[in-house]
Formats: sequence, C-alpha cells, structure tokens
Amino acid sequence: MSRIRVLVGTKKGAFILTSDDGRGSWDVRGPLFGGWEIFHVAGSPADPNRIWASQTSGWFGQVIQRSDDGGETWDTVGNKFEYEGEAGTHQTYDGSPHPWEFKRVWHLEPSPDDPDTVLAGVEDAALFRSTDGGQTWKELSGLRGHGSGPHWHPGAGGLCLHTIVLDPSDSQRMFVAISAAGTFRTDDGGATWKPINRGLRSEGIPDEEAEVGHCVHRLAMHPSRPEVLFMQKHWDVMRSDDAGESWREVSGNLPSDFGFPIAVHAHEPETIYVVPIKSDSEHYPPDAKLRVYRSRSGGDQWEALTEGLPQKDCYVNVLRDAMAIDTLDPCGIYFGTTGGQVYGSADAGDSWTAIVRDLPSVLSVEVQTLP
Amino acid sequence: MIRVQLPQHLRTLARVDGEIEVEVEGTVTVASVLDALETAYPTLAGTIRDHGTHKRRDFIRFFACGRDLSHRPPEEALPDPITTGAEPLMVVGALAGG
Repeated sequence: MSRIRVLVGTKKGAFILTSDDGRGSWDVRGPLFGGWEIFHVAGSPADPNRIWASQTSGWFGQVIQRSDDGGETWDTVGNKFEYEGEAGTHQTYDGSPHPWEFKRVWHLEPSPDDPDTVLAGVEDAALFRSTDGGQTWKELSGLRGHGSGPHWHPGAGGLCLHTIVLDPSDSQRMFVAISAAGTFRTDDGGATWKPINRGLRSEGIPDEEAEVGHCVHRLAMHPSRPEVLFMQKHWDVMRSDDAGESWREVSGNLPSDFGFPIAVHAHEPETIYVVPIKSDSEHYPPDAKLRVYRSRSGGDQWEALTEGLPQKDCYVNVLRDAMAIDTLDPCGIYFGTTGGQVYGSADAGDSWTAIVRDLPSVLSVEVQTLP
Repeated sequence: MIRVQLPQHLRTLARVDGEIEVEVEGTVTVASVLDALETAYPTLAGTIRDHGTHKRRDFIRFFACGRDLSHRPPEEALPDPITTGAEPLMVVGALAGG
C-alpha cells in the first residue's frame, strides 16, 4: 500500500500531512519551525526520507533545514548564499540600478537521482546548487551573468527565482522562471542560459516582444513530454511545444487568466490545472468562488471543478508553489490557500475536501508518493 | 566566560535553553563575542549578522548594561560587567512584525 506525504510551508511554520493511499483520513503534524516563514519544503526523489526546508525570517535571515528520516528530526545545514564574483546590479522599482542582495530561498529542487544534490532558487534572483547535502552552496552564475541581468526588475513579491523545472530526459537541460524577468533555459547543465520568452505578451511593457521583463508566475511539465511546457503568467495561461522557443496563449474560457500555480495531471500529459484569481490588485477568486479549472486538451477549453470547494464568500489566494499532484491512479491534487486551508482531491480534481482548514497562510505545497 | 542572552528563535536553532556562555580570546567586543558564538554554534552564522559583511541584521539589537550598543562600532570594547561575566550581552530581536 502506498502512502502519501504532503509537505506544507506556511508563514508560521511547516506542516506534514500523511495518509494511506485512500487519501480520506489524514494525520496533521506541526508546526515545525513555528514562527518562521517556510517558503518551501521538498523531498528528494532519490531518497524520499530526505526532505529539505527553506526557513526564513525578516529577523534572522535564511536557514536551510534537512531531515533524513522523513521529517521526524531536522538539522540545519549551510545557509551561506554568496553570489559569484562581482554581484552587479539589477533594476529596482524606480528603474535605478540596485546591487544584487541575497534575501531568501524561494524554491528547493532536489536532484532526481542524487540525494546530496539540490538546487535553490533565491531572491534576489539567482540559482544555487549544493552537491554535499546542503553544507555548501555555489551559484550557477551563468544565469545571472547572461547579459540581461542589469535589466531584470522585481515583481511585487521581489526579484525572485521561484520555479525550477528539470528535464527528466536530459540532465543538461533545465528551465527556471524569475519574476519579473521571465523564463530561461540551459542546455549545458547551467553553464549558459538563454531567455525563452518569445510569444509572451505583457500589457504595460512598451515593447511587447521584449526579451525580458515578463512576470512569469509558474511553469509545469509532464515528465513524458519534456518539450511541452505550460505557464501561468501574471496574465495569460501559455503553452510551448518546443521547449520554450515559442509560446501561445491557451487561456480560452477561463473566468480570469490571472493566477499563480499551474500543474499537470500525473498520467495525462494534456490535462492541466490552474486556479483563476482576480487581479490586478484583488487577488481573490472571481465571484468569490474557489474553483480549480481543468483542461483535458492542454489548454483553450477549461471546466470548473467546484465540488467540495467554497462557492460563496471566498476571498483567499493560492500562491505559485502551493499546488502539487501525487502519482497514484487516479492522481491526487493538493493546494493550499492564504486562508490556511489545504484542499485535497483523490479523484484528479472531480471532488475536493479540506484536509485541514486553519493553518497559517500557506506558501507552498509539495507531495510525496511513498512506496 | 562571557554570558550571552539570545532571542527564543535563536535558542531553538542552537538547541540551548536560557543563557549561554562563550569563551572570548583578546578584547571582548560585540564582534569577538559573535565570532566565539558562531564558532561554538555554527548554526547561528548568518542569523545575527551577514555572513560576508558581518553587518548586523536590521531587526537585531545588542544591549549591555542598560545601554543599546547596536549602533556602536562592533570592534569597540564592551563594558567591564560584560567582560567579568557580571552582566550578559543581550542579543534582542525587534518587537515587530506580523
């Protein structure tokens, strides 16, 4: 019998939700690291008992925690994130140059085959890698040094590298997304990078064909088709069929094409999920109804999934790293809200229940499908 | 021995209860106490001051003998009651936030 472990990062600690493969009865454990912002908790595919957590605080800075026993006990590892060479400048909100300054780790992406290797996407935007179990971190500086770096500027949440997608068929290829610079791809293991934003249209940017400056919120890929990428942008849901060389909009009939997370079904590469949110400033669901939208056609045609989700008076948000999908059949989907609910579906989104309702504001959700 | 009081979250990180003591060689200053503290408790490195620049984190304050030393040079000698162990150096987290 498989087990499911959902890893939840919140503004005031981490929580671990566990269930058998029925996914109907859950044990809730936490808070771990109570009082700290836990931006992301991620398990190693190579060793599911190894779990990483990004623990941050406006007071005490960045801490990285590591568990080697499935989250029972934790130890701090290295927290020294130093940019390679001359840090240089990026743009700030008023367009003036601002020195690159490390603030926090937004996202941890463990290696699929080496438990000691993990990538970290950080603010101010850069990519770091540890190959010694998190003791030391080294910047993959080719990204920040790509040339457009001085023109990157922060989104409202900061200049953050929030998404890392690894190509399971090619260990040298990966994709990252930075708000509000855009999407970048490396084909040589992170040494060199190219912006892949052709086809993105960002209202408010004078040059709609700009190489950088796009507020990409999240990327998703199905491992069986690594050349197909899905993107939730600040506005627009986008799709690429050529590893990011070109993009087309697939927002279709969504009630709002703004949102943060996007995810792909575990077994159906053309089935994708988003959570539409009103914007530019409201950041709550349209019509106060919390609806996950599913497309079974890789975009363009979308259906609302509402069973078990609040359909009135709902004003929560779902952040970019706060949706995850397990690999059971049918696959389970989990997402957390800024109101502290973690919803789960054991039937690929057809129906939902609140696993837990009153956590601190949820920043991230990951799931491990355990043997 | 130099006595140091840490805020609760840093005591949790360092896995200590209550006040701690560190041995400081040479002149006792905020900088040398933090050097000794980070050597004894490596997990605290980067949480009170920046790794590279050693700049005090914005929401951290240093109090000693009823005085706020946060804006004094970190290499300045600390008052005698700190060096004799009569008083603790207090590392304080700002009372703010949500």
